Amino acid sequence: MYSEKVMDHFSNPRNVGEIEDASGVGTVGNAKCGDIMRIYLDVDEETKVIKDCKFKTFGCGAAVATSSMATELVMGKTIYEALEVTNKAVMEALDGLPPVKVHCSLLAEEAIHAALWDYAQKNHIVIEGLEPPKADIGDE
Amino acid sequence: MEKLIYLDNAATTALKPEVLEKMMPYLKENYSNPSSIYSFAQKANKAVNDARSAIAGILGAKEREIYFTSGGSEGDNWAIKGAADLLKEKGKHIITSKIEHHAVLYTCEYLERQGYEVTYLDVDENGIVSPQSVEEAIRPDTILISIMFANNEIGTIEPIKEIGEIASKHGILFHTDAVQAFGHVPVNVDELHIDMLSASAHKFHGPKGIGFLYLREGAKIGTLIHGGAQERSRRAGTHNVPGIVGMAAAASIAAEEMEKNIAKETQVRDYAINRILEEVPYARLNGDRKNRLPNNINICFRFIEGESMLIMLDQKGICASSGSACTSGSLDPSHVLLAIGLPHEIAHGSLRLTLSAETTKEDMDYVIDHIKVTIERLRSMSPLYEDFVKKNPV
Repeated sequence: MYSEKVMDHFSNPRNVGEIEDASGVGTVGNAKCGDIMRIYLDVDEETKVIKDCKFKTFGCGAAVATSSMATELVMGKTIYEALEVTNKAVMEALDGLPPVKVHCSLLAEEAIHAALWDYAQKNHIVIEGLEPPKADIGDE
Repeated sequence: MEKLIYLDNAATTALKPEVLEKMMPYLKENYSNPSSIYSFAQKANKAVNDARSAIAGILGAKEREIYFTSGGSEGDNWAIKGAADLLKEKGKHIITSKIEHHAVLYTCEYLERQGYEVTYLDVDENGIVSPQSVEEAIRPDTILISIMFANNEIGTIEPIKEIGEIASKHGILFHTDAVQAFGHVPVNVDELHIDMLSASAHKFHGPKGIGFLYLREGAKIGTLIHGGAQERSRRAGTHNVPGIVGMAAAASIAAEEMEKNIAKETQVRDYAINRILEEVPYARLNGDRKNRLPNNINICFRFIEGESMLIMLDQKGICASSGSACTSGSLDPSHVLLAIGLPHEIAHGSLRLTLSAETTKEDMDYVIDHIKVTIERLRSMSPLYEDFVKKNPV
């Protein structure tokens, strides 16, 4: 049911872990629905480039794979460019997802946005086009 | 061949070679329609009747009380819709439980849309339907009680005898979905006061696409499949002769070996449950410890999600199942795990292992070793575990 790329990112997820004193952290989803993603960003203060990105995910195979791919896609990008990493981009990079798993890629997009939002809030900057995170673990 | 440890026997079982052998003549040489008059067909007809007699014998029933169906779902649909259809003048109230198989639950929901009323009884934390709650739910217009014999997810065996006695005392038709129980634990329809019972052959090493409904003589229900005069004109359709012969052969073997298999499976099951609960932190057994199918293990592991676990186990050749949302095709985890009171996030982390009599302790050691690695790895990736550890430092 999953593409080889999804299986690869599930079996060998990239960038799993935490970043201490991260520049931005975003947690989305909730345990009730069975998916929680947390993304940590380390952003260069001068260049606004994402130097490091890590994730932790509670969820199905697709949730893990989309988180892993999302961290790869934002790494090295500026916080403004990172906004362009959409769920579609994550899905395409994974050679597609089964229809019932599309929400996982949406969650990955939201997790990036939530981490960027956290960064923007902490640094009192505005990232144009970025909206406050929709869902948070605190919603429960 | 790659390693394969099949622990999903509640989903389906392997066809026994000796069962296939009994089926072969009716797949190859004798392709006749047993309803035909010539002797070529009468041979097949005899095979069908012998099969009926064998199954009736195992249940303590009469031959004419066994009706062949396409499987468990048909049996459940027929019993419930058939009773509702024929007894609607008497009343339109049905009693069932919250942990039934969807073949029962969705049939009841369908009937609700047709104007029937259904009481879905709660279960306790082990998944047991209390006979007292059944009795309390009975109304003057109650026409049917349908309570499963044993639960397919958590393996809990229901107090069928007590519920049957209550139904019989109140003169209400009693159906039980025995798909997980028949062929695995003793079932006698008279001792247990069962009026209708659905079973399916592929759950006890018979072929797929065949099952039966036991219907007590005198119990009147409507017809589900209309057409030819097969099955005493109550269930139309040309007999699935190889299926029927295979089912009877599998049922006979299951009955013969039942005592031995129960002892063997229970031992391996309990060994595995104990090992997992002792060696994996934050794990809990779902279902009743004592009133439990001999082959069922269902455990929740906190902080992780079931589908991820299944994929990782699959990579080691282990076939298992889970009640997580991702395996159900909806956002909610299993209705059974929610009904026993588990919060969503714990229900998502369930693992069901259903053994066969062939499963050994060595198989389970291999499986448990991989479960431990899997859980540890998924927890190391889990934000829920991270939060938990931060809140509860060692």
